Amino acid sequence: MKILVAVKQVPERDAQIHVAADGKWIDEDDLSYTINEPDAYALEEALQLKEKNGGEVVVVCAGPERVTSTLREALAKGADRAIHIEADDLGERDTLGVARMLAEAVKGESPDLILTGLQSDDLGLGQTGVVLAELLGIPHATIIMQVEKTDLGLRVKRELEDGWFQHVEMPFPALLTIQSGGNKLRYATLMGIKKAKTKETATFSASAAGAKAVSLEKVYLPEKQKRTEMLTGTPAEIAAKLVEKLKFDVRVL
Amino acid sequence: MSGVLVVLEQREGELNRMSLEAVAAGHLLAAKVGGECSAAMLSSGGGLKVGGVAKLYSVEHELLKDYTADGYCAVLEQLVKKLEPGYVLFPHTYQVRDFAPALATRFGQVLISDVVAMHDGDVGPVFVRQLLQGKLNADYRQTASGPCFVSVQAGSFRAEGEGSGAEAAVDVFVPELKPEQIRSKPGEPFRESAQTVDLSVAPVIVSVGRGIGEEGNIAMMQELADALGAELAASRPICDNGWLPMERQVGSSGQTVSPKLYLAVGISGAIQHLVGMKGSKAVIAINKDEHAPIFEVADFGVVGDLFEIVPELTKAVLAAKG
Ligand SMILES: Cc1cc2nc3c(=O)[nH]c(=O)nc-3n(C[C@H](O)[C@H](O)[C@H](O)COP(=O)(O)OP(=O)(O)OC[C@H]3O[C@@H](n4cnc5c(N)ncnc54)[C@H](O)[C@@H]3O)c2cc1C
Repeated sequence: MKILVAVKQVPERDAQIHVAADGKWIDEDDLSYTINEPDAYALEEALQLKEKNGGEVVVVCAGPERVTSTLREALAKGADRAIHIEADDLGERDTLGVARMLAEAVKGESPDLILTGLQSDDLGLGQTGVVLAELLGIPHATIIMQVEKTDLGLRVKRELEDGWFQHVEMPFPALLTIQSGGNKLRYATLMGIKKAKTKETATFSASAAGAKAVSLEKVYLPEKQKRTEMLTGTPAEIAAKLVEKLKFDVRVL
Repeated sequence: MSGVLVVLEQREGELNRMSLEAVAAGHLLAAKVGGECSAAMLSSGGGLKVGGVAKLYSVEHELLKDYTADGYCAVLEQLVKKLEPGYVLFPHTYQVRDFAPALATRFGQVLISDVVAMHDGDVGPVFVRQLLQGKLNADYRQTASGPCFVSVQAGSFRAEGEGSGAEAAVDVFVPELKPEQIRSKPGEPFRESAQTVDLSVAPVIVSVGRGIGEEGNIAMMQELADALGAELAASRPICDNGWLPMERQVGSSGQTVSPKLYLAVGISGAIQHLVGMKGSKAVIAINKDEHAPIFEVADFGVVGDLFEIVPELTKAVLAAKG
């Protein structure tokens, strides 16, 4: 089974975020980046499927030079090959533009299965996987917790709202967007890091960005709507104030 | 092209609340862009009545009985082509996440997903969505021509009074759909093994998030919960890591709770968490990041390091109880 995993590089979760001077995106200068968390689960699922069923895991990421660090990490965890789609202008592409770029890069690979995270931690649109499947003309399923290979294709466990689930069966080739928590994430081993150096990262030049269907016009801090009473002081003072609130306002003590 | 079409979601003949919120958004949008606000419902068997919209399109086909992305995309593509609405609105449910992006792609459009507000721009409406899990807001605008697809976030538009009023005239739409167009086979919804804790009846909940850093720190939180006589709950990453069982997860894929007190410790306040605890009578949040979105729903807030505050709080609570 040939599995392709599309991953995205996003700002570290604890990063201090500042709006850029032009107000159109965040200031990227001092940011450190990491793999988008749901994508890490997608990679883990792919590696486990390969361990069970054999095959190959190819990891693909679009973005500027910095994303090669995320690709290297994926190789160190066990992916066999990487594809870097060179694009310095992700901001000039909407979801359809990004998915088109991925589709171009992926077509020649003809994978049996494409995995990606269910949404990105930065834009959070939650669509790239579904749009990519539509462009490639293959079936998809989203918010997936478990993947099983069957005689006919795939059987996946899809998360529904409020603690419900559902199994869905579908033929290959297919695309799944992976939810967090289905597996435990592995760390790269020293051995893996060494091996990664011998693995291939192919580069792919993206076609020029076309016209966008939607555009992000402005980024800003959300306006506070609720007046929260902030309690300050030393930890002991704060604890005392909290107890007062628990007694007299919330009345649970 | 004109007007707004709201695609409603129903399960076993009942509309979900988010669908009514989408209708509310639809009315707002129609007032901005002109035209009527109509609604469409798939496979409701015609029994569901909805008021307050110009028209209700009931899309009926045997193959729509069980939800599939292929089936929904195929018939909604036909309906949108026929009606030519300017805007197509959805509630941002898990089901909508599954098919609406593909539907928009068929029109060369991009779904503006998970919208929390809209306002007037220089050229048409501006849709506000959250970035970085609620740390920032962003204004989006459609730049292509053709139908504009938008999904709205749970709790962002007021559903009160929506869906009532004069019942809309129902127009039955019978789409073309063949079995071979549907490539996936959905199974029946199920729940994991029986729940042993019912957080929905707990009067006091202490909820822990990723801010606690590692599994060993659960004990410290359990002590606080014990002191308060509270149930311990968690955000998703804690359950993903197996530090607490999944049945203690609060949020859109976990439990929905409404205790007298919800004490959120080291939780950022992503929307998928908030929808599960917004109904709490009182919320106290402890977080080291003053911009954490959890403070938006908190009555009392503490900006600080939970490792300093929680042990002091446990001590103080025990002392207060004598
Ligand atoms: C389809 C879908 C369904 C989901 N369902 C759910 C769900 O049911 N429930 C749910 O909770 N999430 C759910 N999520 C995930 C959700 O989007 C968030 O990722 C998650 O809620 C984040 O959890 P958190 O706040 O604990 O972690 P983070 O967002 O990482 O926040 C950690 C917080 O801890 C603070 N912190 C760190 N260290 C300290 C310290 N020493 N002292 C004080 N504060 C500190 C940080 O400032 C930060 O605000 C879902 C996501 C998707 C896409």
